[in-house]
Amino acid sequence: MTVARRRRRSRALERGFAALCFTAAILPVLLLVLLLADVVVDALPRLRWDFLTSFPSRHAERAGIVAGAVGSLALVGLTAAFALPVGLGAAIYLEEYGRRGRIASIVEVNIANLAGVPSIVYGLLGLELFVRALGLGRSLLAGALTLALLVLPIVILASREALRAVPTSLREAALALGATQWQVTRRVVLPLAIPGVLTGSILAVSRALGEAAPLLVLGALAYVDFLPDGPASPFTALPIQIFSWTNRPQPGFEANAAAGIVVLLATLLCLNGLAIVLRHRLERRRSGR
Amino acid sequence: MSAPRGTPRDASAPLHERLLEQVLLGCGLLSIAITIAILAVMVGESAGFFAEVSLAQFLFDDTWTPLFAERHFGIWPLVAGTFLTAAIAIAVALPFGLLAAIYLGEFAPPRVRAVLKPTLELLAGVPTIVYGFFALLVLTPQLQRWLPSLAGFNALSPGIVMGMMIVPMITSLSEDAIRAVPDDLREGAYALGAGKLATVFGVVLPTALSGIAASLVLAVSRAVGETMIVAIAAGQQPRLTLDPQVPVETMTAYIVQVALGDVPTGGLEYATIFVIGGALFTFTFAANLVSRRLARRQYRSVAT
Repeated sequence: MTVARRRRRSRALERGFAALCFTAAILPVLLLVLLLADVVVDALPRLRWDFLTSFPSRHAERAGIVAGAVGSLALVGLTAAFALPVGLGAAIYLEEYGRRGRIASIVEVNIANLAGVPSIVYGLLGLELFVRALGLGRSLLAGALTLALLVLPIVILASREALRAVPTSLREAALALGATQWQVTRRVVLPLAIPGVLTGSILAVSRALGEAAPLLVLGALAYVDFLPDGPASPFTALPIQIFSWTNRPQPGFEANAAAGIVVLLATLLCLNGLAIVLRHRLERRRSGR
Repeated sequence: MSAPRGTPRDASAPLHERLLEQVLLGCGLLSIAITIAILAVMVGESAGFFAEVSLAQFLFDDTWTPLFAERHFGIWPLVAGTFLTAAIAIAVALPFGLLAAIYLGEFAPPRVRAVLKPTLELLAGVPTIVYGFFALLVLTPQLQRWLPSLAGFNALSPGIVMGMMIVPMITSLSEDAIRAVPDDLREGAYALGAGKLATVFGVVLPTALSGIAASLVLAVSRAVGETMIVAIAAGQQPRLTLDPQVPVETMTAYIVQVALGDVPTGGLEYATIFVIGGALFTFTFAANLVSRRLARRQYRSVAT
């Protein structure tokens, strides 16, 4: 009798604890949803077509986000052009060539640590190295190079994961047939790994889209009434624009910041969607061959 | 027979292949170059700073006013602001993150887990500028209803929001640690008559402790380096206080403040951001190393 009661009580306690844990997991997500809903409501009055096509203005209701949006797209495109080839190259070296070597293990620890360095530190590096030492000024190019250094560790980690997913037996078979290391990499490993590499890399580069701190340190402008006309052009970016609106005391700008956030989050969602679609298509093409 | 991977390529490989390997190696070594470049920049600018400001003033003065006429260079107000916001963030993130990890690792049915885990990751994917907006314009006004003495800029609200952002980091690393506990140990506990709760608290969590500590250290490092949330919502008043209701300034927010102002490059004010940046880099780099070591310690102890 007492044993049964004790067992029943411990079962109830157990269920209660599991429910507590579940609530703890779900509560922060619910809070995020609430906050996002609040932002969307704030943004509604400004979410019109002319918000997307207008330059910033001193009048909140006339201000738009076109300079930031174009700046961000250019920035992210350039960042990807720098970070993806180098990141994939490093990942290939670490996975296919230097495995278990001393250099490889030092590089590996270093990359893991770089991935944890605060983004603002990369901003300081970019300010000294690109803006001042290399004389690039506060340009789109300097911003993209800085963001490329920032996402490089993440691109490398994602690419390595994709390369590691290719079965070792395929490599061994190709090597046994007399293929050289590069032939194995180029003809066997890369075709199988590319969908994973691309997906991971797009996700890594999309992190560059939301970064504001390093660009602020580099000296990205908040008020830009022209579109960038080349890599040497001064620029602004979506997060910078949102930041400058958030800091203005007049209430109209709060709605602008909220609308900017909606645009930023929608772009991020599109990029993530693109990554998923790309992976599906590449995987289908491969299996169809 | 071809050489096994990891050994030097044989000299008979065509020249262009050997060149290619060097290029790939170069890509890998670039990451080392980045670390060295960061160190060089921070050390170079800090050397100029400490030539004019004594280390004693940096460490023992209790005011930080490099931009005022009467300049003081005591780092503690910025350190206090940084660790106050970080401590609030951890106080929020640790209980939620750890309980969520226990749920995912010990209780969640596979199907719930498959949905819940990526949903939680969303929290970490939202740009920090968005969290900054939440903290300043949504959470602070809400909190002021309950706490009338809360200032418009304060440590509390950005701390809480930052905690939300860090939850997935604690959850994912702690869950890895919990799942790495071998089932033999759980079954041993059940065989001795322990219930589920006794097993979780008596066996699983103690075994996973160093992995959980690793996630905590990494979360602290992330909170200390976080910039936009505190730059937007915590204020720009370096203040040696532990009161979460008043404006403070963190190390990262100070760097942003100087970068946004019209400080001439090359001066002492300009050098301060590299000194602060160097301190941030040193702290986070050390924290990452400690976290790695802690995580590995668990896997080693479980393996034996």
